[in-house]
Amino acid sequence: MNPEPLVELRGITRTYGHGDVAFQALRGIDLAIAAGEFVAVMGPSGSGKSTAMNLLGCLDTPSSGAYRFRGIAVEQLDRNQRALLRRRCLGFVFQGFNLLARTTALENVELPLLYRGEPVAERHAAARAALQRVGLAERAGHTPAELSGGQQQRVAIARAIVTNPLLLLADEPTGNLDSQRSHEIMELLVALNREQGITVVMVTHEPDMAAYASRCVHFVDGRVDRDSRQTSCS
Amino acid sequence: MLLNALLLALREIRRNLLRSFLTVLGIVIGVAAVITMVTLGNGATRMVAEQISSLGSNLLMVMPGQRLGPGRDSAGAPKFRIGDVEAIRQQVGGLQAVAPQVGSAVTLVAGTQNWSSTVNGTSNEYFTAGNWTLAAGRRFSDDEEQAGKAVCIIGQTVRKELFGSASPLGNSIRVKSFSCEVIGLLAGKGQGGMGQDQDDTVLMPLNTVQRRLTGSLDIGGILVSMRDDADTATVVGQLRGLLRERRKLAANADDNFNVMDTKQIAETLSGTIGTMTALLGAVAAVSLLVGGIGIMNIMLVSVTERTREIGIRLAIGALEQEVLLQFLIEAVVLSAFGGLVGIALALLACLGLATLMGMPFLFNPGINLTAFAFSAAIGVVFGYFPARRAARLDPIEALRHE
Repeated sequence: MNPEPLVELRGITRTYGHGDVAFQALRGIDLAIAAGEFVAVMGPSGSGKSTAMNLLGCLDTPSSGAYRFRGIAVEQLDRNQRALLRRRCLGFVFQGFNLLARTTALENVELPLLYRGEPVAERHAAARAALQRVGLAERAGHTPAELSGGQQQRVAIARAIVTNPLLLLADEPTGNLDSQRSHEIMELLVALNREQGITVVMVTHEPDMAAYASRCVHFVDGRVDRDSRQTSCS
Repeated sequence: MLLNALLLALREIRRNLLRSFLTVLGIVIGVAAVITMVTLGNGATRMVAEQISSLGSNLLMVMPGQRLGPGRDSAGAPKFRIGDVEAIRQQVGGLQAVAPQVGSAVTLVAGTQNWSSTVNGTSNEYFTAGNWTLAAGRRFSDDEEQAGKAVCIIGQTVRKELFGSASPLGNSIRVKSFSCEVIGLLAGKGQGGMGQDQDDTVLMPLNTVQRRLTGSLDIGGILVSMRDDADTATVVGQLRGLLRERRKLAANADDNFNVMDTKQIAETLSGTIGTMTALLGAVAAVSLLVGGIGIMNIMLVSVTERTREIGIRLAIGALEQEVLLQFLIEAVVLSAFGGLVGIALALLACLGLATLMGMPFLFNPGINLTAFAFSAAIGVVFGYFPARRAARLDPIEALRHE
């Protein structure tokens, strides 16, 4: 494994509010994730796993502590620099899919490339390739309303991987899907992780989904409670 | 980045066609109203100016009586005589033509046709003073003027009523007890500044009218045409002095005649119409402003409605200024498009209304450009605040928004 981790959190805290109403969501997190890992993040509600995901996704900044992404001190970046980092290195998959309504699958998938300023031809080719990769090539012209939940989530995954990200962050990607679709999505994520070497960090409640990961991190009360590298988490 | 933002904005407009259409409607109506008002106002001003100038430029009309209009008795004031006309011609400087005028309402008969019109007894100088030209035939000869021969020059309306489209030259018209020969046809002038038909007229030598129709030596009025370089105030001053002297008025007595300046009438009328145009334009501008507020309203609602979408865009790496630009372009494209449709609508409305009201249609590039620039500016101004609000959203909050 790569000796320098892709992501490194040291003594991260995150406090919301001030004074009496202050709420400490993270109370000192130390975590290193190497390139190529598939990490499942588990823990009860309010344990800080979503806050940690937002920090990892550069959507939020820590109250204290250091976050290194490939050696870059993320906590020192401003809003736009973090946006550029997300654009270049990160992919997001959400529980609620978060596709643009009344917009075709192809247009949804090519959106990140549009923000990167890719020329039309490459944009379309890459978006079609990504849809092909998730098995939805023939659905490119459909809008989210015309797709099933599982298909929508696969479009969302295509959108997340179209930029060849280093890190794919999935926040309960199977939370809104039935069991069979959930397993299909997980197999897709595992394949992306194995075949394309995309590092995946996934929050989940369900142990059988976490079982697909190569490493499992348990959060309790804003701290890392257990961190196990194994083939099955529980 | 600009191109991308434009593409995104256009996709967004296409996604919400009905909403976009309703948003644009306010701007369309505002722009169309402003342009229509101003264009029609300009047309009306031009029409009045043309009508007044068709009377003759730098023209003074001298009438007996203390004041024009009702409420003053002008019957007591002495009329003018031909001697007054001669005196003005000789003693007042800066004049181009001085023409006497004696009007008489008559019934004209030619063959089986008859027509009521006004005979105007005057001299050849009337052509210069009244800005008339001949369409056919000739002016009066000296002999005809001196001897008061039975000859006449008729206007287009009289020609049409009595002779149809045939040439009237050489034909006779019976006026009261005598018959007179048509020697000329005036070129048409159309409607006058007060709405009267200027072409409904018959010109005869002054002597003919005085001897055969009115039976007196009185002259109803004098048309005085000034040279272009003449100063109106000076000429009017000289004219009044001369006439007061000839009419033996005491120093403290009021004038028993008055001098009307057509240029001044034209300016007054144009000024009034200009004020009306400005007023209507201002009302229309308010509706344009309301249209702009409509755009802001829709954009603000749309920011709230699309909070989650903005969150998605920010999460996948859209920069703050890219979101700002997209929303701004959406607003500008909508309002600029509304401006264009408004201009097209205004042109149609102006063409239709100008034809309907018999006014000239003056395409005014200035007001069209101004209205378009204004509508685009409305897009920028009223689009900016919603756009900034969208761009500054916290992506985490925005994604959580339902």
